[in-house]
Amino acid sequence: MRLVILEDYDLASEWAAKYIRNRIITFRPTAQRYFTLGLPTGSTPYACYKKLIEYHKSGDLSFKYVKTFNMDEYVGLPRAHPESYHSYMWNNFFKHVDIDPANAHILDGNAQDLEAECAVFEKDIADAGGIDLFVGGIGPDGHIAFNEPGSSLVSRTRVKTLAKDTIVANARFFGHDLSKVPTMALTVGVGTVMDSREVMIVITGAHKAFALYKAIEDGVNHMWTVSAFQQHPRTIFVCDEDATLELRVKTVKYFKGETETLCLVFTSYQ
Amino acid sequence: MPSNGSVSDAPITQFINCRILKEHTLQREDLWVRDGRILDPEKLFFDEQGYADRQLDCGGAILAPGFIDVQLNGGYGVDFSTPSEDPGAGVAFVAKKILEHGVTSFCPTLVTSPPSVYHKVLPEVKVQSGGVHGAGVLGVHLEGPFISLEKKGAHPEQFLRTFGGSGGVNPLLEVYGGLDNVSMVTLAPELAGSQSVVEELSQRGVTVSLGHSVANLSQAEEAVQQGASFITHLFNAMLPFHHRDPGIVGLLTSNRIPAGRSVFYGMIADGIHTNPAALRIAHRAHPAGLVLVTDAIMAMGLPPGRHTLGQQVIEIQGLHAYVAGNTLTSSPVPNQLTFDSRILNVFWGLGTTTLSGSIATMDMCVRHFQQASGCSVPEALEAASLHPAQLLGISHQKGSLEYGCDADLVLMDDQMVLEATYISGVEVWRK
Repeated sequence: MRLVILEDYDLASEWAAKYIRNRIITFRPTAQRYFTLGLPTGSTPYACYKKLIEYHKSGDLSFKYVKTFNMDEYVGLPRAHPESYHSYMWNNFFKHVDIDPANAHILDGNAQDLEAECAVFEKDIADAGGIDLFVGGIGPDGHIAFNEPGSSLVSRTRVKTLAKDTIVANARFFGHDLSKVPTMALTVGVGTVMDSREVMIVITGAHKAFALYKAIEDGVNHMWTVSAFQQHPRTIFVCDEDATLELRVKTVKYFKGETETLCLVFTSYQ
Repeated sequence: MPSNGSVSDAPITQFINCRILKEHTLQREDLWVRDGRILDPEKLFFDEQGYADRQLDCGGAILAPGFIDVQLNGGYGVDFSTPSEDPGAGVAFVAKKILEHGVTSFCPTLVTSPPSVYHKVLPEVKVQSGGVHGAGVLGVHLEGPFISLEKKGAHPEQFLRTFGGSGGVNPLLEVYGGLDNVSMVTLAPELAGSQSVVEELSQRGVTVSLGHSVANLSQAEEAVQQGASFITHLFNAMLPFHHRDPGIVGLLTSNRIPAGRSVFYGMIADGIHTNPAALRIAHRAHPAGLVLVTDAIMAMGLPPGRHTLGQQVIEIQGLHAYVAGNTLTSSPVPNQLTFDSRILNVFWGLGTTTLSGSIATMDMCVRHFQQASGCSVPEALEAASLHPAQLLGISHQKGSLEYGCDADLVLMDDQMVLEATYISGVEVWRK
């Protein structure tokens, strides 16, 4: 694992966006060979998307030959609802960049047959040649996507019932009315994300600090599903200082030293 | 066309780099148009996997709904109330010219006239969509002849009428020859028998406006209850506000308006018909009801100099316009005009100072309204687009940039000076 620690939320977001940008540029995607990107939603990646849009508008980055697969979507929430993940992705990303709509894959939480929808999604990922870089976040309960505590670490895309923690955390997007928050979602599985060639998890804020500790300093445990990535060959955790508050000083010092080297490598792409 | 064709194969235009008037603010958003209507780009993206065929760069300008003028008597030498060989051609001529003022839909207005004029003109002025040929005709506004003698303004006295005893719209059908293509009627509600007229007109979908009237507040409120929803050029041709009987003006704050309904009021914001302080009083009392109208007359759009208009010779000089030849007045033109040198006023008649319509254009009125009232740019723009559309009950289609509405648009800079006009997404005028 690489643990990249930046001073604050904005710097962490910028680092993550630059990493994605550089990955796509060095891959040199074409119509015959697309770059496949897994994408998250939520407040954590918000600034990262803004930066990616900036790089696109300045002409540095095109999404013409990029295929995207989002991690999750609520079940039963109308697609046009402002809190649906379709709305989030449209408003915060897709409408500002040049991605081909046919290449933007998001699970349909209003599909007639939810299980079939999940199976098709897995197939679409396979047909696209697998995912080159899966970007994700972490919930306060250590979940990746909607793989709530207790999810199998080899799970695939499926319907999940949301944990109370998650519903409470999401209530702020539904007028603080718990009854309005969806209780089920379609989500990629832990196994689905593990299959990607590279994983980048962005974790910012003190409220995520305990989850980060559990994810990287404790054992692999299905109660903290992000911990599964300890067994992935190429994972980067990008975080801000606040997110490291529950880590050992030793861990932080070690990775800060390593970060300096990493940044030197990546500044050459700027 | 770049879409999977599941909904339509028509080309899609994306207006980029613009600020659009939506949800009562200026938003930094793109505007998408297909088939002459405003398109929901999110649906296009996810349902049709589509994107734009072409992009139009607006250069950072403001993109707003096209203006709607519900009171326009003529312009450029054409008077809608003076029948010519081809009234339809006269309307079409003006309709094309007003595209330069950002007006994309309007109601040609006929002042009090003898039945012969209505019978000749009305059948020739048809409701029709706008386009490159000119602004759309929403329907005719009949201002009179069922108005008050005392408040006739410049309307010819000999053609004023009352309703007679029979009730219902029969007297109107006789005078007008029919109500096809009529979208609004201005009448004085204190005239006996008006109640059934107001009721029946409203039921037929004709907007009833109160004006040229000496009605008191009670009479006005009754008319509203029967279905009246507009006030023709507020303050002008009605009793002045009085604190014990506010008259028609009192409708702005009346608590006897039926639930779910609103009273709108026309305002000629040219700096002449209404003192800016009075404009502000009305606006602050009832901002959502303010509808900008030009009430422009045939001299509108004419360059400085002498012009023969019907029986009159008019002289337009700089800031002033005189009835040349038969004027007895030597009184100075009231209200020094300082804000926009092209706004003029025309004084008719034998030396009277009776106002008779204006020659301000709609975009001038929007700018003047914003300056005089201090309101925001969105508010000023809505007074000329959203509010008239709401008045006429067509806001699901016109006067707004919501998805599904007609793409009648105006492009303007921050000072609200127009750069281009579009109807159904097609450019119909550019500066």
